[in-house]
Amino acid sequence: MADLAALSRPAAKAPAAHPPASVVIEADNLEVVFAGGIQALAGVSLTVQRGDFVSLIGPSGCGKTTMLRAIADLVTPSAGRLAVNGKTPGEARRDRAYGYVFQAPALFPWRTVARNITLPLELMHLPRAERAARAAEYLGLVGLAEFGRKFPWQLSGGMQQRVSIARALSFRPSLLLMDEPFGALDEITRDGLNLHLNALWRRTGMTVVFVTHSIPEAVFLSTRIVVMSARPGRVIEEIPCQLPAGRALEIRDSPEFNAVAHRVRQALRAGHSYD
Amino acid sequence: MTEERPAGGRILPFAAVFAGVLIAWYAGAVLLNAPQAKAMLPAGHAGLWVLARASWTMQRPELPAPQQILFTLGHSVFANPLTSPRNFLYHMAVTAKETLAGLLLGLILGIAVAAGIIRWRTLDRSLMPWVIASQTVPILAIAPMVVVVLGNLGITGLFPKAAIAGYLCFFPITVAMVSGLRAADPLALDLMRTYSAGNAQVFRLLRWPASLGFLFPSLRVAVALAVVGAIVAELPTGAVAGLGARLLAGSYYGQTIDMWVALVLSSLLAVLGLAGVRLIERLVIARRGGRL
Repeated sequence: MADLAALSRPAAKAPAAHPPASVVIEADNLEVVFAGGIQALAGVSLTVQRGDFVSLIGPSGCGKTTMLRAIADLVTPSAGRLAVNGKTPGEARRDRAYGYVFQAPALFPWRTVARNITLPLELMHLPRAERAARAAEYLGLVGLAEFGRKFPWQLSGGMQQRVSIARALSFRPSLLLMDEPFGALDEITRDGLNLHLNALWRRTGMTVVFVTHSIPEAVFLSTRIVVMSARPGRVIEEIPCQLPAGRALEIRDSPEFNAVAHRVRQALRAGHSYD
Repeated sequence: MTEERPAGGRILPFAAVFAGVLIAWYAGAVLLNAPQAKAMLPAGHAGLWVLARASWTMQRPELPAPQQILFTLGHSVFANPLTSPRNFLYHMAVTAKETLAGLLLGLILGIAVAAGIIRWRTLDRSLMPWVIASQTVPILAIAPMVVVVLGNLGITGLFPKAAIAGYLCFFPITVAMVSGLRAADPLALDLMRTYSAGNAQVFRLLRWPASLGFLFPSLRVAVALAVVGAIVAELPTGAVAGLGARLLAGSYYGQTIDMWVALVLSSLLAVLGLAGVRLIERLVIARRGGRL
């Protein structure tokens, strides 16, 4: 197993000037209108603190992914203010402030699993030995230590998604953006990965913004759940969610869990009224 | 649907077709050469077998028989040193060099044009029509002009021929690579953006490796075109070496057997080129764990 203590070290390329406050993401009245006039986000305000695990949940097409892409500077907001680490999203992206996990693993099929993980490290010109060490470390972390020399298509879907998480972690960003990373997986694999991700987040103290469709997933993982309405997306309610730290999957049968899940369901229903 | 496995492995179907071609060839030789052969035989002597034998062994047949081509080729190869213009392999080597140089030029030009087209949207509209127009001009009309113009500039020898071969073979490479360089997974492109990778890095690490599945099929077409281009380029230049030059000399002096030897060697050259492409493709596939 890799040296887990290493994970809590600050990111390799930490932003030069951290804002003294522990605010990582600050969105104020954010709007995104796509070419063709489709409004994806309407006046979204959101604050994410350092160490938060924030889930964005809402119906399909409500702009959760757009919100995440705006934070990642993959989409440009039409109006409103958005700051990441106190900078513009573009500056934060150029600082390599975040790791992004997509809906699909998006691994490069011509690279071995290990070389997929070292891709960002190559772009950052880390020495070869350091890259190899990181690949081994993060493969161990996602439980795929023996698979470094395989090619992506030789792995199952769940394993591929774990590789993509290892790739996002490999350059030690302090912020992790995850866009329905487990959406395409079966329930059993998904449960396993949820446990894994929760443990990982607690060990590393990373900030995570997580997009999901699944209420149990959101409640199990998050410190805060942001419920969004159908398009154009806006924030309906922010629901705090503080389950005990050493949680197991069985917590999903507890009354506390169900109470939070119930609130999320209520809020989603409110956002679904199309009148 | 699964592909039907040919009965008798791979050898039998090939051998059957080969035998068929040989029979048709010998029959064709009789058909084409018989009038000439008849005139040379003493009158009244022409049984069918005698006539056939005569039409397969003529000095200057309309269509030489396969064994005549083989014999002439064998004689030129074994009776002369490799550096002698009497040796057909010498000419084959000259044309092979031009083909290879042309292929390299075509590859560089084809990939550069394709990379430009995917990089700058305006180039797609401004350049692509010219690329297509370039292929509608008959190469036989262009080749002498290119050779003369380059000759006036003092450029002779290998380059004009390579230029014509390259002109002919860059087209399939460009067309394939425009698709290939656009074939990268959009998520992978987003991923590279999250790493704030530069254009050159995106090209080297993502677009180029993603395009190889398009490059190799186009290279097979390009190899055949490069051979044609090299041979055509030798025709108008008064070239003294190369399969095209042998072809031209053979037609001047009515040495049909020599012409056919040159033809056989030029197709052999294309086959060797294809095998070379296949070899490189296999190496790339092996490096990628068995998939392109």
